[in-house]
Amino acid sequence: MASTDARDKKTIGKLSKLAREVVRDINAEKDPSLSIPSRSLGNVTFDEARSIIELGDQKQQRQLFNVAHARKFMQTFLIADACRELIDEGKTTSIRDLYYITKHTLEGSRQNTFEDQDESDPIIEDLEVTIDALREELHLFATNKGSMVGPMTIVDSGDAIDLRRLGSGGWSIPSIVESNVIQFQECDAEYILLVEKDAVWRRLNEDKFWRANKCLLLTGQGMAPRGVRRLLYRMHKELKLPVYVLVDNDPWGFYIYSVIKQGSINLAYESLRMAVPKARFIGMSSMDREAFQLPDNVTIKLNDQDISRAKQMLAYPWFDKKAWQKELKTMLRSGVKLELEAFSNKGISYISEEYLPKKIRDRKWLA
Amino acid sequence: MVRATSTQKNDAAPKKPAKKGRRASAESMAQKQREISVSEFFTKNRHLLGFDNPSKALLTTVKEAVDNSLDACEEAGIPPELRVEIHQTAEDRYRVVVEDNGPGIVKAQIPKIFGKLLYGSKFHRLKQSRGQQGIGISAAGMYGQLTTGKPVVVTSKTGKGRPAHQYEIVLDTRKNQPNILADTTIDWERREHGTRVEIELQGNYRAGRRSVDEYLEQVGIANPHATITYVPPNNRAPLMLERVTDELPPETTEIKPHPYGIELGMLIKLMKESTHRSVSGTLQAEFSRVTARVAHQICETAGLRPTATAKRLGPQEIEKLYRAIPKVKVMAPPTNCIVPIGEELINRGLARELRAAIYASSTRPPTVYRGNPFRVEVGLAYGGDLRRMAIEEDSLTIKAKTEDRGEGPITLLRFANRVPLQYQQSACAIFKAVVDTSWKSYGLSQPRGGLPVGPMVLLVHIASVWVPFTSESKEAIAHYPEIIKEMKLALREVGRKLNAFLRRREKDRLQEKRRSIFSMYIGELARSLSRLGAGDETRIQKKLDVLVAKHAPQREVAVAAGASEVADSPVGLVEMSDDGELDDGELELDREEPRQLSLVDDDAPSAPKASKKKAAPKKKAAPKKKAAPKKKAPARKATSKKTTTKKTATKKTATKKTATKKTATKKTATKKTATKKTAKKKTAPKKGRRS
Repeated sequence: MASTDARDKKTIGKLSKLAREVVRDINAEKDPSLSIPSRSLGNVTFDEARSIIELGDQKQQRQLFNVAHARKFMQTFLIADACRELIDEGKTTSIRDLYYITKHTLEGSRQNTFEDQDESDPIIEDLEVTIDALREELHLFATNKGSMVGPMTIVDSGDAIDLRRLGSGGWSIPSIVESNVIQFQECDAEYILLVEKDAVWRRLNEDKFWRANKCLLLTGQGMAPRGVRRLLYRMHKELKLPVYVLVDNDPWGFYIYSVIKQGSINLAYESLRMAVPKARFIGMSSMDREAFQLPDNVTIKLNDQDISRAKQMLAYPWFDKKAWQKELKTMLRSGVKLELEAFSNKGISYISEEYLPKKIRDRKWLA
Repeated sequence: MVRATSTQKNDAAPKKPAKKGRRASAESMAQKQREISVSEFFTKNRHLLGFDNPSKALLTTVKEAVDNSLDACEEAGIPPELRVEIHQTAEDRYRVVVEDNGPGIVKAQIPKIFGKLLYGSKFHRLKQSRGQQGIGISAAGMYGQLTTGKPVVVTSKTGKGRPAHQYEIVLDTRKNQPNILADTTIDWERREHGTRVEIELQGNYRAGRRSVDEYLEQVGIANPHATITYVPPNNRAPLMLERVTDELPPETTEIKPHPYGIELGMLIKLMKESTHRSVSGTLQAEFSRVTARVAHQICETAGLRPTATAKRLGPQEIEKLYRAIPKVKVMAPPTNCIVPIGEELINRGLARELRAAIYASSTRPPTVYRGNPFRVEVGLAYGGDLRRMAIEEDSLTIKAKTEDRGEGPITLLRFANRVPLQYQQSACAIFKAVVDTSWKSYGLSQPRGGLPVGPMVLLVHIASVWVPFTSESKEAIAHYPEIIKEMKLALREVGRKLNAFLRRREKDRLQEKRRSIFSMYIGELARSLSRLGAGDETRIQKKLDVLVAKHAPQREVAVAAGASEVADSPVGLVEMSDDGELDDGELELDREEPRQLSLVDDDAPSAPKASKKKAAPKKKAAPKKKAAPKKKAPARKATSKKTTTKKTATKKTATKKTATKKTATKKTATKKTATKKTAKKKTAPKKGRRS
């Protein structure tokens, strides 16, 4: 694919430019340093107009001759070189694979280039933001996570897949879902439903909820990974389908929703191509306990972490909306949280047959 | 032992026949009252002389013989060459042989010196020497005789071509008189002159702490001018200590007592026995630093006529005189009679025995206690291997104490007039001074009331015309406040040097850590950058090396330790006295000599005497040598030291040159692998110290 080649060339150009800049400094006997956009809460801004989290202008300097940075500095270029090699060879690999590719013992020491994957993953993200390249442009992907079923046919790497005929497991969503890999074909869905929990997704799939309600049913198995988010974005944009998000009634669930809607702090630089600001929070709301008359005994007490997280979220600008403030405050006041599975207390298919249809019918969602 | 037991019987026997009611009468008691000879006294009280137990007895015997030998050699101006042998003759018996190259002993004196207690040349004078009383060697002989029945065998030869006399002597303990068992003339080809003493005694040889081995090692530290060969028993490997300097310590001179140190009884005796008529004349003749003016002042203060006849003074008048003395300002006694080891030689003496990371020393100016001049000096060896540079591994007694101690207390070596003190450490003024010094401020931890903790050997030496020991066995120094104060001052001086070193080392360590971190990553980085098309790997690496050197500069670390570190380290650096001239001399110290500047003998008051003419020209070169930093690592056995003296100056520049050249070639040839090492070498030869 010509377009791919051009993109790869551009990426390699960015990588080697980064290296050349460092060598220029070294040759001038200047201390080499890298400017890395800072990926911390302090450096993200909430763009109210577009309703997404964006990376600010703050950069952090990574200096070779700083004892605390030296290792990361070396690692950054080790990763950069490994990515260059991947691109050169036209291969794509997982970030775990990359960790193993780049791991070796440093000459004359007992230290390894990376001690574990937790050390290499952030370096990859650093590199992405530094040269402004996407992960897939670096020929990297994360492990597949997330499933989808629904009334649609897609083409995945040239294979047409009918998402209606995938049994109980569904289609495993790859981490790279760019248009050169995944194309959408005839689609009967009217909306997209992202479910936080795999178990709930299975319930809905078994009940063929998607068939009855004409929706694309996805799960990110917890926090939605990049592939799922990017796919949501593409379907939302390209198929013009509304996105509904169904999560637990706890701060973590709310946060998952907010990441899908506005983007995450850590991946703020990807917000523009992943965030779905119009995503609707369908549930589970703190008000649902009363509305659906769930018994007290299915509630779980908020733990300290939940409470502090909820309080934190109250301060996030993207939760600074009347409905959300009310939502969070109600949860804090009641002191309890609820899992989606709590609906099973009222019947195993209550969630698919009663709860969701009613919520959508009554337009009881938050945006 | 025979005599000792019989005396005991005498004591015990009369108890039974004692009458009822009164146990003894004056008359019956009078029968038992008789004179006790010194030898009898010491037979019973052998612990007073250091013969408490078999292992201590062996040590004391060696010690007394070695002290005598060193004293004799030095007094005669002969660089000492000692040979000490210990042979096991039975399970609990040892034969100690100590041989020296001293001047020998005149035939007629041999029996008295070795067969009579309290006979000697050193008691009646105020002069710095190892022996003080004239008890030691004859007591050792007596102890041998008591425990084995064997006589002392003394061989002595006074000059080339002269016969060597060999005596076998026993001591008549009742009369304190020598008995000569054999008197032969033998051929002693091996030595031109010298003395050989053989004593067989009941003893116990053991290695380790307070052993003969350790004692001789310490003798080596305090006597860097002595060559010592030691053959331990049981086929253990011999110990060879080559001298590190050819120059003898300058000859010590005898002085008269100083009025400040006199006691009333002594003053009475002086006045009564005076050969001078007047009080003033007697004072001037018997004391040092008493001029006519001072004598007059004393008499005036005491309300006496200076011309009064000394012998006719009554006890009250003498007491007045006695009380007047402290009120009159008298110049401190001459101190050129005190010869310290010297800072340079302390360092080298320590380096001969120990491989430490740093050696530092400090010699205090002379001062006075009770009218006796004395000088204190302190040396320390810190860190490194602290390993003795000996031929064999298992006699490393100092090492045994200092290593694998992690955080044990330091090893304290005490010396008095160059003689190691091994017993009664905690009773000694030195111990008190060390414990009372706050080592925490110098970077060592120190438990309350204890020795500081760390890999350190600390040497404290007091030199005096009269070292105040707490007992005749010369094991501990009495707690004179003047002495403790001087010791503390000296300890603080080396403490500051140590602290400077520790701080610098900490800084270096940090730099080294930084360097190693950078060096570890730049190879990897250079490769990645190069593969990313940013240039040639070797070139990038080289440029990075330059940056690493810039960011973690390497101070020249004399890792070689040993004497080389001593010489060029600012810490080990021996400084010139900062307080220059003495004013008026009043109670100030007589400072004819500057403080140790270079090799110890340089500034000594009584510069080389006739016998040392040969050494003189060498000395001139010494200060120069000091200026140039030494690059040479010390030879393992320090043998080379002897020859280096002359050549050092030229050799040094040569080594320097080659070193630089080597670096240059290395530099270009360097591959990424050698980063660390090159960085080190690059800076090493050129940069001096921090100076």
